Amino acid sequence: MHSVEFELNGQPVSVEVEARTLLVEALRDRLRKTGTHVGCDTSQCGACVVHLDGRSVKSCTLLAVQADGRRVTTIEGVGDGELHPLQAAFREHHGLQCGYCTPGMIMSALDLLQTNPDPDEAEIRAWLEGNLCRCTGYHGIVRAVRAAAAEMRERS
Amino acid sequence: MYDFEYHRAGSVEEAVERLGASPEAKILAGGMTLLPTMKLRLAQPETLVDLGGLTELRGVSGGDPVVIGAMTTHGEVAASAEVAGSIPALAGLAGGIGDAQVRNRGTLGGSLANSDPAADYPAAVLGLDATIRTNRRSLPAEQYFRGLFETALEPDEIIVSVSFPKPARAGYAKFANPASRYAVVGVFVAETARGLRVAVTGAGACVFRLAEMEAALSRDFSPQSLDGIEVPADELNEDLHASAEYRAHLVGVLARRAVAAARG
Repeated sequence: MHSVEFELNGQPVSVEVEARTLLVEALRDRLRKTGTHVGCDTSQCGACVVHLDGRSVKSCTLLAVQADGRRVTTIEGVGDGELHPLQAAFREHHGLQCGYCTPGMIMSALDLLQTNPDPDEAEIRAWLEGNLCRCTGYHGIVRAVRAAAAEMRERS
Repeated sequence: MYDFEYHRAGSVEEAVERLGASPEAKILAGGMTLLPTMKLRLAQPETLVDLGGLTELRGVSGGDPVVIGAMTTHGEVAASAEVAGSIPALAGLAGGIGDAQVRNRGTLGGSLANSDPAADYPAAVLGLDATIRTNRRSLPAEQYFRGLFETALEPDEIIVSVSFPKPARAGYAKFANPASRYAVVGVFVAETARGLRVAVTGAGACVFRLAEMEAALSRDFSPQSLDGIEVPADELNEDLHASAEYRAHLVGVLARRAVAAARG
């Protein structure tokens, strides 16, 4: 067993895991952060996207031991007491239907907006290539990301 | 996946030592191929030696050649001002690998050590006449790629960096698998100090050059100069994504597009 310590949504956490334990398993099963979903478990669908040291990664394709000493942010950590502008925009612009892909979509889009605060539609679609929505609600998702980007630009 | 011993290496020397101590050990770089392979139980290493903590293997330096550390991610190469300024075709290639999250983890060294026949980086390494530096030697691209998932690397040899000479101009074009974004076929074309080079990935067991196209483009660097050159399908890959004949056709189409991209 390995003792893994990292910062989760701003708080230090410690968890005992096997070497083969995936980060998403540690987050969901051990640390009860169930907002991060497992969709395909084969690094294709993006439902499990979290941030590692501020960049989006697929937590089903990362070992929990690889997060040791790093900074992990999940969907539970973006809101700061109220909905993050991306969460609010997904609700407002019909960016979710069943909601299963939503946490991954938001964590992925948040990574994009950190480096590109004003992406156009093509850039958003290209960036979200690794996030699949089985409801096929992509129009609403892209609208939501653009609206959130505008709101975040206004606030900064 | 089956369980294994995990070690985070503190130095390249320590990683080499760990690899030498266990014949079934594997290096973990970005893990974008290795971890999915282990989940499917297609690989079962008894030990993983993680290079993730070795910051000395990470980063881009220089303009000519551009030297890229083995643990530099595809996303970092795609966003690097040095790479974009010196070899924009290489930055573009890196930005077209997989998806954003794969690019945030996957590394140059990992891609080259794995040598997937459909990977993008081998086309740039062979096309740009790059040199692969390991913990014990420097390997010219020509000597590095040996066959299907086969390279010149010894079991306890670790890629440290890759040195890409700046070409006069270069271009890359690929036909991406719509699900994985791997290259069904990808062609890298470059005018280098040592002549015109055309490197093809995705089509064969590993990346290869096309002498006939190189000769034609040396005379006239234009898409039209490739007219009439037939690429034989005999030894090309055939799978559920594309037949060998279709891949042979794609090589011609993508070589023209790569030349057009290089001409700007």
